[in-house]
Amino acid sequence: MKLDGKKVIALGERDGVSGPAIAECVRSAGAEVVFLETECFV
Amino acid sequence: MTGRAAVHSCSLVLAHAPDLVRHGSKPARELAADADGLLASLTKALRSYDDALGYAPHQALIGNLRPEALRDVERPWWGHQTEPRADGPFGVIVDEVELYRRMEAADSFGLFKLDGSPAVDGGLTIEQAGRIAGSMAGAHDLDESLSAPVLLENLACKVTGALALERLLRTTGFPPEDVPYVIGSGEEAVGDRYQRGGGNLAKAIAEQAGCVNASGSDVKAFCCGPVHALVVAASLVAAGVYPNVVVVAGGSLAKLGMKFAGALRHGAPVLEDVLAGFAILVGPPGDGAPELRLDAIGRHRVGSGSAQQAVLEDLVVEPLERLGRGILDVDRYATELHDPEITEPAGAGNVPSRNYRLIGALAVRRGELPRDELDGFERTHGLPGFSPTQGHVASAVPWLPHGLTALRTGEIGSTMLLAKGSLFLGRMTELADGMSILLEPGKE
Repeated sequence: MKLDGKKVIALGERDGVSGPAIAECVRSAGAEVVFLETECFV
Repeated sequence: MTGRAAVHSCSLVLAHAPDLVRHGSKPARELAADADGLLASLTKALRSYDDALGYAPHQALIGNLRPEALRDVERPWWGHQTEPRADGPFGVIVDEVELYRRMEAADSFGLFKLDGSPAVDGGLTIEQAGRIAGSMAGAHDLDESLSAPVLLENLACKVTGALALERLLRTTGFPPEDVPYVIGSGEEAVGDRYQRGGGNLAKAIAEQAGCVNASGSDVKAFCCGPVHALVVAASLVAAGVYPNVVVVAGGSLAKLGMKFAGALRHGAPVLEDVLAGFAILVGPPGDGAPELRLDAIGRHRVGSGSAQQAVLEDLVVEPLERLGRGILDVDRYATELHDPEITEPAGAGNVPSRNYRLIGALAVRRGELPRDELDGFERTHGLPGFSPTQGHVASAVPWLPHGLTALRTGEIGSTMLLAKGSLFLGRMTELADGMSILLEPGKE
């Protein structure tokens, strides 16, 4: 997947991959994070 | 002062509350916006008390069934009822009539009334089995913190916490007047407009349970509050500040029916119709009580980051390394023990299973577990989820009385309680939290 220059909505999960972890990952691939949130589903 | 502390007993209770489900946060919001008969659909999907009693995970919670035995009960568990027993070696399941009776008795301000009349002036009408049982009134016209919905949550938490504490004292024979300190670890925000979440529900629960010589305080840390509280309690005992400390928590009314939409979508009953509570007696070593390893506390540090690997390194690897041990040296991990029959229909998956997979994967990565044995890690070192989604209650605590028994009989040599908290939900930080503690057989 090419993420360079893309805008990304990062929705993470407490017991899975957190929002900041997703953001860090996609930023390193050149994407811009426009919304970042971690949710807890329990 | 011994410098050590042990867990002498733990009680777990459930209160069946089908008519309070509509007052849970999610159902209340959905019902307020509804115009097409949602209440009828929700009501139809609620369980009878007998069905709640016969639900195998509930029987595991009060000790009539081992959690591991759930693996042999056909799914869905709600479709394969077990013997409906209200009493078990670890706790009790009370019905709604008893819950309401206790709520009225525990309400020091006459706001919860079982007079058969509907609510007036912003109060909540309380139903029971299709009729109006009474109402919950607010305590201030303009104070959101003292509104009827908030006070109903707090009262339900107080009552289920007290139920667990009373049960603990009765089954251990520990005199209520000998309890010196109680730590509350629930998540309810008790206070008024000037000190929302001011707290010390612990002391209200102690009062309700007749602990006239107790003081108390609350330890707040979202779902990992109980493990934090257990560490604090053990430290107070080990330091000789108090001879005994009780860690207590009541249930979360806000979480009743939290995932009801998933249940309705799949034609399943609404299983989030029970409030839970627990009480843990921490004291000095002795009587074979399993000991808490205060030299092996795991804590998620601020600078560790929020990636799961970082969280589990802090909670599992670091404290074990301090003891010169590896991940496989712990016989049983108790993590987030949410019942998968609640979370799966809502699309949230099997939470305990996911946590065990992460711990197992960490063991593989560290070369402690062969990759082809990862699938078996959950069975050998984990547990199936059997707790209602009652937040702090579900985080490791439901295993504790089972774990105490297994440590006393020598069936296991160690167990780790591991809890995580979602601090980011309060919008003050993006951090999560976590805490762990290891238990081993008592030496005395």
